[in-house]
Amino acid sequence: MDYGFTIAAYVVAAILFILSLGGLSGQESAKRAVWYGIVGMALAVAATMAGPGASLWVVSLVLILVGGALGWVVAQRVQMTEMPQLVAAMHSLVGLAAVLIGYNTHIELARVAGMDQAARDALSGFAGVIAHKSGAEVAILRVETFLGVFIGAVTFTGSVIAFGKLAGKVDGKAKKLPGGHVLNAAAALVSVVLLVVYLNTGSTPALIGMTAAALFIGYHLIMGIGGADMPVVVSMLNSYSGWAAAAIGFSLSNDLLIVVGALVGSSGAILSYIMCRAMNRSFISVILGGFGNTTGPAMEIAGEQIAIDAEGVAAALNDADSVIIIPGYGMAVAQAQQSVSELTKRLRARGKTVRFAIHPVAGRLPGHMNVLLAEAKVPYDIVLEMDEINGDFPETDVAIVIGSNDIVNPAAQEDPNSPIAGMPVLECWKAKQVFVSKRGQGTGYSGIENPLFYKENTRMFYGDAKKSIDALLPMIG
Amino acid sequence: MKIGAPKEIFEGENRVAMTPDSALQLQKLGHACLIESGAGAKAGFSDAAYAAAGVTVVPDAQSVFTLADVIIKVRGPEPSEAQMLRGGQTLISFFWPAQNADLLDQVKNRGATAIAMDMVPRISRAQKMDALSSMANIAGYRAVIEAGNNFGRFFTGQVTAAGKVPPARVLVVGAGVAGLAAIGTATSLGAITYAFDVRPEVAEQIESMGANFVFLEFEATQDGAATGGYAAPSSPEFREKQLAKFRELAPEMDIVITTALIPGRPAPKLWTEDMVKIMKPGSVIVDLAAERGGNCDLTVPDQRIVTDNGVTIVGYTDFPSRMAAQASTLYATNIRHMLADLTPGKDGVLVQNMEDDVIRGATVTHAGAITFPPPPPKVAAIAAARPKEKPKELTPAEKRAQEVAAFRRQTRNQVALLAVGGALMLGVGYVAPPGFMSHFIVFVLSCFVGFQVIWNVSHSLHTPLMAVTNAISSIIILGALMQIGSGNWLVVILAALSVLMAGVNIFGGFLVTRRMLAMFQKS
Repeated sequence: MDYGFTIAAYVVAAILFILSLGGLSGQESAKRAVWYGIVGMALAVAATMAGPGASLWVVSLVLILVGGALGWVVAQRVQMTEMPQLVAAMHSLVGLAAVLIGYNTHIELARVAGMDQAARDALSGFAGVIAHKSGAEVAILRVETFLGVFIGAVTFTGSVIAFGKLAGKVDGKAKKLPGGHVLNAAAALVSVVLLVVYLNTGSTPALIGMTAAALFIGYHLIMGIGGADMPVVVSMLNSYSGWAAAAIGFSLSNDLLIVVGALVGSSGAILSYIMCRAMNRSFISVILGGFGNTTGPAMEIAGEQIAIDAEGVAAALNDADSVIIIPGYGMAVAQAQQSVSELTKRLRARGKTVRFAIHPVAGRLPGHMNVLLAEAKVPYDIVLEMDEINGDFPETDVAIVIGSNDIVNPAAQEDPNSPIAGMPVLECWKAKQVFVSKRGQGTGYSGIENPLFYKENTRMFYGDAKKSIDALLPMIG
Repeated sequence: MKIGAPKEIFEGENRVAMTPDSALQLQKLGHACLIESGAGAKAGFSDAAYAAAGVTVVPDAQSVFTLADVIIKVRGPEPSEAQMLRGGQTLISFFWPAQNADLLDQVKNRGATAIAMDMVPRISRAQKMDALSSMANIAGYRAVIEAGNNFGRFFTGQVTAAGKVPPARVLVVGAGVAGLAAIGTATSLGAITYAFDVRPEVAEQIESMGANFVFLEFEATQDGAATGGYAAPSSPEFREKQLAKFRELAPEMDIVITTALIPGRPAPKLWTEDMVKIMKPGSVIVDLAAERGGNCDLTVPDQRIVTDNGVTIVGYTDFPSRMAAQASTLYATNIRHMLADLTPGKDGVLVQNMEDDVIRGATVTHAGAITFPPPPPKVAAIAAARPKEKPKELTPAEKRAQEVAAFRRQTRNQVALLAVGGALMLGVGYVAPPGFMSHFIVFVLSCFVGFQVIWNVSHSLHTPLMAVTNAISSIIILGALMQIGSGNWLVVILAALSVLMAGVNIFGGFLVTRRMLAMFQKS
């Protein structure tokens, strides 16, 4: 089939992808939007395989199906609490694929360079495309390939580390090798030098050297970031995987790759931006890591944490008319979402207003809490964003904080010396009564004292979130 | 201790400081009760009722003063009564020590302890003995009733077979306890009620009682609320604004009830003669501040007058006394609470604890010394109202200016971005070959589309967004598919690996997205 058909199919696929992302603006349209994405992908793959330059399509099809089967199994089995790991793992695959494809381009380029004119003319397919490039075009191709491999490699190791941290296989704390960011800078500098070398000679060792440096940067960069910053990391890697695809698209002169890469890249960038803004931190400061450094003496906290038992919480809930629940990563860890959902159902059955307040960085992935609550069959129209619900706390009888800490820390507003000063937080302390379900008396991930726990209207409901909520259930109603 | 209530000798005073009910409660505190014969008659409590409650009825005031250790009264003692006090005796009554320095001296010289009910500090704990509030409440209620008595029409609007009756319009000036009581009474009678107060923070209370707050546009240079929840004198500018507002309202109002008092000062003149002149004939003014000179220029204390243009001005100063049964019940309860605080052991032994804020504040003479004025209470009367950071109301012009400025800034930013972006593009185009440029344009446009589209993605769908972008970023499979046909075995193997990985991603990403989205359900 001729080239024009492939291009036309690409245009249709690109539009479908854009619609697919645009459809995510609402829960209902999103269900349709996924199909746009699936059709777009199928169309793009079919058009490429049918298009000029492709061969071995039986092998390709078999490989896709084998890979697809693996993907299908993973998608069916994954727990919603494991979504962050899954997303990170998938990013690493895209990164690795980008590296491999970049290497292929390099190999082809080297192979073509060694041929004479007659042999070049005889080449078809991808090698043929490369063979007909002029000197300047080859130089650009080298830069593009180099970039694709670089970004891909950073994405690969970065995602692998992120996966390890999120899955608990690597210590989640921020860690740096001695030398810190100097090492990263040095590795980046080496890469730039190697780029110049590669641009002029096309030497394989330069490419391999750069790959090693990039792999190191990915590893070290993500090792230095941890815990509550993970949502930013994951969306940042999401962005990188897009840029890697775009860079590969340039090197292969494939517009669809460029379009999709740019879409994904900007999507990840926007997500990172939203996450950073939600923590009132600059992107750079997140990358540089080290959350929780104080800038001055923390404000003295007066008072004590007062504990309460399940009976007390149940009595308050039975008396309340309006309840707001603030879930955090702790709810995911305790797998308490089903119990919370049951609690919600019971309270709503008694005619109480129950709503959820979701902070943008609650959990370890953008939108993580929404997915968990949706899985537990909490209707999405009672799950509200921070900005939508913050004004309602003063009229709320009971606020229940389940496994979140920094996102409900009043120090962000009251203590200018707090490391999280200025971060937008859920103002749950304005509710008439606040119950905090928490494992014990420790500080949260960030290690920052939370004055909320000492407030007069706060009661600490100690214990495993799931067990605590389950204990409440029989007493409601 | 023996607690005795003599008959009030002040002209026209109908109240009594002890009721059969309060006597029963006092006896539970371990006290014995005495009352002068006929003391409760005007308030509707007979000697028999007192006797039935275990109160000893004695024939005259002299016996009460001789037998009792504690004298409870409504009005402050007349000189003749003060003469009968003796050392060690305690007097509990209204006293107004600031205005009655001679009386204060006299009581001090007699060696008696005087507790002034009007000096009870305004703190939460002391509300149960705040007789001023109890009396003000009655005065507010009675003021409306008195106004209705002098007003020739219905309060409530009615449409009857005999024609339409407009509702009465009532303006209450000063929303203290009396003012709020008046508002409540007037609205429940069906009148359209307006209320004004110099303290803007009471607007909420006024509205909660069902009246409309008369809003005065004034730069809040001064806070009308001084200490202890009472009003403070206002600046001349403010006063002018206020009077102008009243002038505007005067012709529309059928009934005006003024209750404005500033502690320790004559009542402010708020309803001037010209306002009375422009009121409709038949209108009624009830001046609750008459005792302190009146809020209205024309008020004559203790009298009801009718002006030339037919406006009735009621200047009675004895509203609580006009409802003696109710007033006595409330006042006796206030007294009883005061005695309960003075008898902490409930054993009939009076403890004059001068460390206690309430007792210290109310005690004006003790142990032969004048203890007035009291030191400021340890507990702040009412938590000092935090200066509210009200977002400044912008005038339409300012608002427009702000919008224009924001628009300009936005335009400037956008133009700057476009210029920089355009220059960069031109720069790239200058050095790069055309083949690259065509792809580069596609790239830039896609980024632009991506930014536009992603901003609209709902926050709750960020996880599905990541999963779906993950799936579509596997579009990188196209590259692998193009390379897999290469002649080089290494390329084929690497490409095949890439295809496999991308395959995992495509299926995994889309399926997990679908799984997640299927879970989002509306209630």
